This record gives sequence, structure tokens and C-alpha cells, in this order.
Amino acid sequence: MQDYNVVFSVLTKIDALTGGLFILTAFGIIAMRQVLASLNIFVFQSILLAASAFVLGYQHSSIHLFVVAGITVVIKTILIPYLLKRIISKEVYARREISQVLNIPTSLLIAVALVIFAYFISSPLSNVTDEIFVKLNLPIGVAGLLLGGYVVIVRREAVPQVIGILSMENGAFFAGISIAPDLPLIAELAAAFDVLIIVLVMGILTRRIHERIGTTEVGRLTSLREE
Amino acid sequence: MELIYIIIIPALLAGLSLIPAHRKFASLVTILGTLVVFILSLNIAFSAADGMEVVAVKNWISCDSLGALVLLLVAFVGFTAAIFSMGYIEKNVEEKNQRKIRHYYAQYNLFLLSMLAVPIISQVALVWIAVELTTLMSVFLVSFKNTPEALEASWKYIVLTCMGAAFALLGIFILYWGTSIPGHEKFTWAGLIVASPNIPPALLKTAFVFVLIGFGTKVGLVPLHTWLPDAHSQAPSPVCALLSGVETTTVLYAILRLLPVLKIHPSIGAETWLIVFGIISVGVAAFLIIQVKDYKRLFAFSTIEHMGIIMVAAGLGGYGSHYGATLQIVSHAITKSFCFFAAGIALLFVGRQDIASVRGLIRTSPVAAIALITGGLAIAGAPPFAVFLSEIMILKSGLVNGQYITTGLLALFIIIAFCGILFPINRMVFGKPTEYSEKTNLSVTNIFALVVAAVPVILLGFYVPRPLQELLRQAAASLGR
Repeated sequence: MQDYNVVFSVLTKIDALTGGLFILTAFGIIAMRQVLASLNIFVFQSILLAASAFVLGYQHSSIHLFVVAGITVVIKTILIPYLLKRIISKEVYARREISQVLNIPTSLLIAVALVIFAYFISSPLSNVTDEIFVKLNLPIGVAGLLLGGYVVIVRREAVPQVIGILSMENGAFFAGISIAPDLPLIAELAAAFDVLIIVLVMGILTRRIHERIGTTEVGRLTSLREE
Repeated sequence: MELIYIIIIPALLAGLSLIPAHRKFASLVTILGTLVVFILSLNIAFSAADGMEVVAVKNWISCDSLGALVLLLVAFVGFTAAIFSMGYIEKNVEEKNQRKIRHYYAQYNLFLLSMLAVPIISQVALVWIAVELTTLMSVFLVSFKNTPEALEASWKYIVLTCMGAAFALLGIFILYWGTSIPGHEKFTWAGLIVASPNIPPALLKTAFVFVLIGFGTKVGLVPLHTWLPDAHSQAPSPVCALLSGVETTTVLYAILRLLPVLKIHPSIGAETWLIVFGIISVGVAAFLIIQVKDYKRLFAFSTIEHMGIIMVAAGLGGYGSHYGATLQIVSHAITKSFCFFAAGIALLFVGRQDIASVRGLIRTSPVAAIALITGGLAIAGAPPFAVFLSEIMILKSGLVNGQYITTGLLALFIIIAFCGILFPINRMVFGKPTEYSEKTNLSVTNIFALVVAAVPVILLGFYVPRPLQELLRQAAASLGR
């Protein structure tokens, strides 16, 4: 019994640490100007997601979560960066994004507000359970989701927008592994596969836009709108 | 077993379309295959109308009355749009680029597959994936023309709907959490209803809001609608018919499925959410219709309007308005796809999409003119067409429920949209004709597709066949509790 408590408290601490780092990476994606740097931070964020899934899997002794951790590592840290780099030309990654809709200090302030909002949304949900992992993961996941959405809105370059969407999914999964640890495996596999298709489709679309229009600043494409 | 075939056939067709055979091979195979899918769905709809749930794999693949209704619509529009594609796509591809045509049909079938999957999958998490796939499979159909505008439209389409999907994903996770708290209910639509009394209302409410925002992006609810007119106007017309006619409906179906789950806790106020979002969508769309300058965008905004009307009808509650909602789902899907075929024919003939450059179509191209005016009247809600019937039914049950303000606003916005749709179409059809340099001969398939699509548009205004009535009745009952 003593051992169990020690293990449990260690696991909680590891998960809390992963959660804290997860939020930091979400801020990092907002703060980075270099396209390649934000991709690298996304990879680190996915490793954190896998780590949290691993810890939770150990706690619940759930084979599902180990599989989730495994496919997260394979797909999000290996396949996705590979595909993105393969499909889209090098020149895009070297780019430093000067123009964002809002400057970075303002963005970070708004991001802080979003995190507070995320805790506000998730506190009534965490109250229905006593489980510590839900209380840790759920607000952080919601915050990750909102911050990812914010990235998509303020970024004008195509690849950072893709990364924003992927980090939204990371946020949803970070919450999801704690609240739905035994979701049918086929659904989890399909979701992972789905992320891969998103990257493929958006990557190819970015390449076409680059070839046809000569820019990847998709935020500046505004020929279609109401007058 | 039919349900399994419905999934397998489009997947096979997608593969067959890629075979480099005769230049008409892909289109013919697709037409035949979608016809088979339509007949199978008709069969399923008949069984569902008798009150039987068609089950292929228990708790995974099954189809009740509401699902069968959506399935039938997807299959019907999938079939007519396949016929329409045959003549349309070849005319829109430079120097008969065979490879591009084959890719079009492969993607067309995959897109159809993803839409057919939504109503027949009963496992909620997999429904989310099917909805997400409807976006991913249609992105390259939207960018088919490969113009800067089409690429822009498809980028907005994928970015916004994928953002929405991430929100909906969290909502689905929370729903799953809810079903796992009370016990071991299966995570299906039916299981959710069984488990709902024991799910804490806070969970249900948050999950519903996330799903509403997430899927609402795909449906085109108003603050999240900005991608819709772009994508629905830039895609090739047969694809527009699918996007506008049935893709929005399939996603709306996924939202409406949650309605009976939420009704157990009146404190959540799901109906109010639907009414507020719906009314805002109808209102904004009605005013945007007035200023529109492109006739395909006109029909796209009308889709937003109709989705809003269905949401309001679902939110009004009571059997009468739910019946109106299901009838509106049917009438919108068949009429809107017809409208886009008409717009496609006009576009083939005129070559331009802006309303101002088209005048007096009735003299230069009677087929396009008659189709446009019929479609315009039908979608705006003029009698004796199906949309008129369903809108009157919704307004009437709104009055019966005593929701006077909602009903009044709805009626006002419908009238504004009515004028907004018919004035520009009137100007395009009548008046002094402009000369067009190039004359295109319409293919037989285009006209045939138009005629097939017109049959239910005209018929349902006068007479709803008995089995369909039964199906609508059961679908409406399943929206309530």
C-alpha cells in the first residue's frame, strides 16, 4: 500500500510536470517567428502528449493509452515533420514571419487570458470527479485547444496555420486521454490516421498555392469576400 | 447487409475510376455505382419506414429512420450529381486532361463514401471521423479549377472546418466521459440516450456547446460561416450540389442527434441554443443574400439560411415542428442540388458567375432560364414547391407553441431572403439579352440530370408518398424524446 502511494504521487508529479511543459510549448508556438522553430516545438509538444498518455496508461493499466502514446510518437514526431518537409519546399521553412495580425507581446497577453478562460470552462467539469489526473489534464488540454486555435487565427503563413490545427488536436487529445482513457481503440487509430490525412491534404494544398500564386502567406488571400 | 454494400461500393468505384480505360469509363462506372447505392438506400429507407432499425454490425453500423432519411438524400444527390458531372467536368478540363478527370471521379466517390458513412455509423467517435473525412475528401474537389480563387476557397474551407473538428473532438471526448461515468453503456447514439439521465448536466452542456461550435462550423452557422460561400461558389457545380445540398445536412444530422440526449435535462437549454444560433444564421444570411453579386454565392448563402431554419425548427420543439424540420431537410437537399445544377448549366452557357453580366437568358438559353427560375422559386419558398410546405409547417407550429417573437423574426427573414433570391434571378432570366461570344451545346447528361433532380422538387410540393411520410414521421419522433 505504501509503495502504491509513492508510485501514485510520483506519477502525479510527472503528469503535472508534463502538463506544465505542455502549456509552455503552446505559448512557444505562439511566440516563435521562425517556421521551422514552431514545427520543432510542435514535435516537443507531441512527445509531452505521448508521455502523459504513457503515465496515464500506467496508472489505469490501460493498453489503449500505451498504444496512443506509441502512435503519437510515430505519427506526430516522425511522420508529420517528415511529410511536411517533404511536400513543401525548403524555402518556406527558412522564412521568418515578420507580419502577424497582432504582435507577439500582445499575442502572449491574449494567450494568458485564454488559459484563464480555459480553466473557467473546465472547472465545472473537473468538479464531477475526484480523479487527480482529470483535474490536471482537462484544463491544460482545453487551454492547448484554445491556444492552437489562436495560432491559426493570428498567423498568416500556411505552415504555422497547419501547426496550429495540429496543436489544437494535441490539446483535445491531452484532455481526452484523461477523461476517455478506454475509448475504443479503432476510434483512436482512426483519429491518428485522420491527423495524417490532414497534414497530407494541407501540405499538398500549400504546395499548389505556392506554385500557382507564388506565396504561402495565406492570410493575405482575400479576393473572395463580400463587398 | 445492404449497409455494408453501401460502404463498399463507393470505395470500389474510387478504385475503378483510376483505371486508365476509355475516356467515359470513370463517369459511366460512377453513374452505375451510385445508382446501385441509391437503390440500396431506397430499400433501407423502406425498411426504416416500417419502423425497423436496419442493423449490419450491432453497435457499430446501423441505420434508423433519421439516419435512413439522410442516407437516402445523400444517395439521391450523389446519383444525380454523378450524371451531371459526366457532361460538366469534361467541358471544364483543359484539352481533355484524362488524368484529371479520373482523379475527379476517384475523389468524388471517396467524398460520397464519407458522407454515406455519417448516417449509418452509430458509434459516435467514428461519426466524428466520418464528418472530418467529408472535409478532407472534398478539399481537392473544391480546388478543382486550380485558379487562385479556388485555392483560396479550399484553404479557408480546410482550415476553418479542421479547427471546428478539433473543438468537436473535445466535445465527443466529454460525451464519452459522460457515458462511462454511470456504467458501461455503449458509446452509440442509442447508448447516449439510455445513459443520458445519469450524465451530470454540466458535462452534457459543455459537450454540446463544443460539438455545436465544432460541427456548426461545417454546417455554416453564422459567426463561423465565412468559408461556406467561398467554397460553395468556387467548386465545380456538381460538387457544389453535394456540398450545399447534402454535406451540410449530414453534419447537421450529427448535431440534431444530440437533441434527444439533452432534453432529459431542461436546465441545459439545448433548444434555446439551437433557436438563437438558427435565427442569427437565418437573419444574417437573409441580409447577405441581398448584396450578393455572384449567382453561385447567392445559392450558397441560401444554404446558410436553410440550415438556420432547420435549427430553429428543431429547437422549437414538439412533434409538429420536428416534422417540419425533417421535411425541410428533405426539401432543402433536393431543391438546393437542383439549383446548383441550374447554376451550372447557366455557367456553362455564359461562362461567368457574376449576376450583372447575365441578362435575358430566356431568349438565349431557354433550358438554363427555365431551370434557374424554377430553382429560384423553389428554393425561395414559393408555392407549390416542397420548401413552401415545410416552411409553412414550421411557422405554423411555431405559432402553436406560442413562440411569437421567434416565429415573427423567422417569417420576416424568410420574406427578405425570398425577395433577395428572386430579384437577381428575375433579372438574369428576363430582360434584354446580352450576346455571348461562345455557344456551348449542353450534353444530354446535363439535361437528364436536371430532369431527374426536378422530379422530387416538383412532386413533393403536391404529394408526399406514403412511405416517405412514414419515414419523416418516425424521424421527427426520434428527434423528440
